[in-house]
Amino acid sequence: MYIAIINYNMGNISSVENAFKKVGADIKVTGNAKEINNAAALVLPGVGAYRDAYKNLEELGIIETLKDNMRKKIFLGICLGMQLLFEYSLENGINTGLGILKGSVEKIPSVVKVPHMGWNQLNILKKESKIFYGIEEGKNFYFVHSYHVIPQKKCIISSTADYGMEIVAGIEYENIYGFQFHPEKSSMSGLKVLENFWNMIKEGRS
Amino acid sequence: MITKRIIPCLDVDKGRVVKGIHFIDIKDAGDPVELAAFYDREGADEIVFLDITASHEKRGTVVDLASKTAKKVFIPYTIGGGISKIEHIREILKKGADKISINTAAVEDPSLISRAAGIFGSQCIVIAIDAKRRDKNFWEVYINGGRTPTGMDVFEWAKKIEELGAGEILLTSMDRDGTKDGYDIELTGGVTSMVNIPVIASGGAGKLEHLKDVIKYAGADAVLVASIFHYRQNTIRDAKEYLKSEGINVRL
Repeated sequence: MYIAIINYNMGNISSVENAFKKVGADIKVTGNAKEINNAAALVLPGVGAYRDAYKNLEELGIIETLKDNMRKKIFLGICLGMQLLFEYSLENGINTGLGILKGSVEKIPSVVKVPHMGWNQLNILKKESKIFYGIEEGKNFYFVHSYHVIPQKKCIISSTADYGMEIVAGIEYENIYGFQFHPEKSSMSGLKVLENFWNMIKEGRS
Repeated sequence: MITKRIIPCLDVDKGRVVKGIHFIDIKDAGDPVELAAFYDREGADEIVFLDITASHEKRGTVVDLASKTAKKVFIPYTIGGGISKIEHIREILKKGADKISINTAAVEDPSLISRAAGIFGSQCIVIAIDAKRRDKNFWEVYINGGRTPTGMDVFEWAKKIEELGAGEILLTSMDRDGTKDGYDIELTGGVTSMVNIPVIASGGAGKLEHLKDVIKYAGADAVLVASIFHYRQNTIRDAKEYLKSEGINVRL
């Protein structure tokens, strides 16, 4: 039983890999359809440009594999990996995403400093969510992004952060989870969230 | 709201931390990775490594440091020191570093900033400025580890750095560095009012009050601290509790 961490050449995958190893999770870093199909859960990390990210997934030929797996397995998208779940992004034109969730990805307005970079407090809306088990209200997580998601349905927002404007920090819809912040760079609190994710997978199997 | 960041800085030579650092609770206090992991546990918001290795092995030691740190440190970290090529930046980021810091190479070829930001994103490109006061309103940019004056004005350079797409400025006052007299408030305030990207103040921290002053009166987004923490004059927790008591938003 392992988590497939999708490797599609979009930055810093090793940090996500190291953090999951730190909490004792079994992982496989892969871009291979067969290994994705055999995984118990999926993580889509990612740092970089939206269009390149989608293109890289296309080139690996795993778009349909990912969509298929997301219907039945626990899925976590981190940063760009969460943004890719939505229909489109306005980063350098209109770029198609996976379209699993309704909504868009848009630039943070420049009335505030862009990128939104640094530690910000999480306002947890889905307090009963297993992913936030043991995380106290107001804990800080590390953010670094210039674009943010605007879900059509507000009920999928699991947490927000206040940056002079409200930033969607996390989403949760059935078995699909997403974080705008980087749990792999958020010290103890971030590791706790990843451990929760791993525990959910183990529980699901038992 | 976003918090002000406290960033311990480690100088590294051939893979070892330089400047005597006194820790009783670490196995190998000369190991930069062990120290960085210790600071992560203690509540540091980020780590900056400055590699001062002066040899041809340098490239390898920096990549090795990036890779080892990634396995033990779960906060963002920056690596700087002699970085001048896109391929080198790629290698360091790929191993797990979040940002790289460039100084001399950016002055010698400013297009490096825009090229690097275009490929890797602004958020991972930090430009370090070494500034020395020459006149009432003139701070000069120095390169090559503070040995070479450039004639350039720090404020103009800061503005240009932002335009070229850098994500952050690491601003060191050469006049204050090592003095423990406090950060250069005028210099830092001048730069923060000039640009709309985060500025890390560096050079001169001797007590916690200095951290507060540069955040409150110069608008610094983050403070780089070395000896206060390395010599255990204060812990990171002390610093954060103090700043909080002064009404500054920090991660506790």
